[in-house]
Amino acid sequence: MAKYLLLKHYRGAPAPVNDVPMDQWTPEEISDHMRYMNDFAARLEGTGEFVDGQALAPEGTFVRYDGEGRPPVTDGPFAETKDLIAGWMIIDVDSYERAVELAGELSAAPGAGGKPIHEWLELRPFLVCPPTITE
Amino acid sequence: MDEARLRSLTPGVLAVLVRRGADFAAAEDAVQDALVEAVRVWPADPPRDPKGWLVTVAWRRFLDAARADTTRRRREERVDREPPPGPAPGADDTLWLYFLCAHPALTPSSAVALTLRAVGGLTTRQIAGAYLVPEATMAQRISRAKRTVSGVRLDRPGDVSTVLRVLYLVFNEGYSGDLDLAAEAIRLTRQLADAVDHPEVAGLLALMLLHHARRAARTAPDGSLVPLAEQDRRRWDTRAIAEGVRILQTALARDRLGEYQAQAAIAALHADAPTAAETDWVQIVEWYDELARLTDSPVVRLNRAVAVGEADGPRAGLTALAALDESLPRHTAVAAYLHERDGDPATAARLYAEAARKASNLAERDHLTRQAARLNAQKDR
Repeated sequence: MAKYLLLKHYRGAPAPVNDVPMDQWTPEEISDHMRYMNDFAARLEGTGEFVDGQALAPEGTFVRYDGEGRPPVTDGPFAETKDLIAGWMIIDVDSYERAVELAGELSAAPGAGGKPIHEWLELRPFLVCPPTITE
Repeated sequence: MDEARLRSLTPGVLAVLVRRGADFAAAEDAVQDALVEAVRVWPADPPRDPKGWLVTVAWRRFLDAARADTTRRRREERVDREPPPGPAPGADDTLWLYFLCAHPALTPSSAVALTLRAVGGLTTRQIAGAYLVPEATMAQRISRAKRTVSGVRLDRPGDVSTVLRVLYLVFNEGYSGDLDLAAEAIRLTRQLADAVDHPEVAGLLALMLLHHARRAARTAPDGSLVPLAEQDRRRWDTRAIAEGVRILQTALARDRLGEYQAQAAIAALHADAPTAAETDWVQIVEWYDELARLTDSPVVRLNRAVAVGEADGPRAGLTALAALDESLPRHTAVAAYLHERDGDPATAARLYAEAARKASNLAERDHLTRQAARLNAQKDR
């Protein structure tokens, strides 16, 4: 088994094929999209491959330590930040091939005109524990 | 006996142990063990005196644990640092426990967790599941909370408003997991109302009942939010509404108004309208004025602007809105709504899309995106 993070980007991923912002879809298209996403997660829960899924607000803050006895420094959000993560899904699957297959399915979620968005999702393997038997 | 009734025995059993001299933290663990045992044993062999059974089993568990603990403590030589035996609960055990679990020394999340466990009799696993955190995290939060209040002596009656805030949080900020936190909050508030005669406790109970009554109508089959004006009012729970209104009227008659009664009054006026169009917005604005006087909360003034928009027209609503800080949560969403009512769908669509980006939860974000989409689709036609 191997865990993968499927990352969805607000910004930073290559443009999808069906690139129309959601508020320009029809309400029915939005409902269809939501249903597809929910069904997808429910199906992975059913197969025992779903671990977690979360969505993030678009705006955040950068924070860093500013020395002993001083409050942390905060900054941002930065308009120029190239990479902006929208949310993630963690899956636990048997192989890289399975992870790619599932990411492909998720990317086919319907968007404007009821056509697949072809959204680029980033697939990142988790670093795992070392195996006991190595030789 | 169903689980809720079993759990309603928790505060009384816990109080008996503390009165016998058990410290709060150990007593609470023992009662949890007894509840688990009850769930296992009772279906096949129900006791004649459920509370007596729980006290006996919990006390035995406490003694076993105390013996094991004493041995360990001797080894660790920290007997001196142990707090004195727990406070003796007063005449009303249940009330004492509510105050302890909502003690101001606790953070809100700790107070919520401890209340659900020690007063509500829920297991750590159930509470963790309800708040979507790992069980180990919740166990740690609860055990720290118990340590915090273990040495607390409640010789004076606590401030009931701290308890109400905790119960309000349980009702309002739960997730919809297997455990129905809203129903649990109502149960705990009802139990509190039985233990203490206070108009704001009644006010909070009425508020919860009136909002809970609308629950089935609040979401569409696909999970999307249905705003109040569009809800199918036949799906409101009329029994809960009637009970909420009755409790509220009794409380209001005592002429000791507080924020929960005022909020409940607003909910009652909505519940009272056969259709959205028949809502008595003028009276609702008056209640918001009362509420603003009682709480001075900017969120109240934002909601008041919506009510003004209904009572005196969208222009008046926008004027009221203009006086408020734009960074308030939902400010943009309210502006979008008022601009749409004012006949400016283009501005409304732009603001709905902006409000969606600022939304703090998914259901609201989806709802606002749909509103923008609806207006944009009309424009394209």
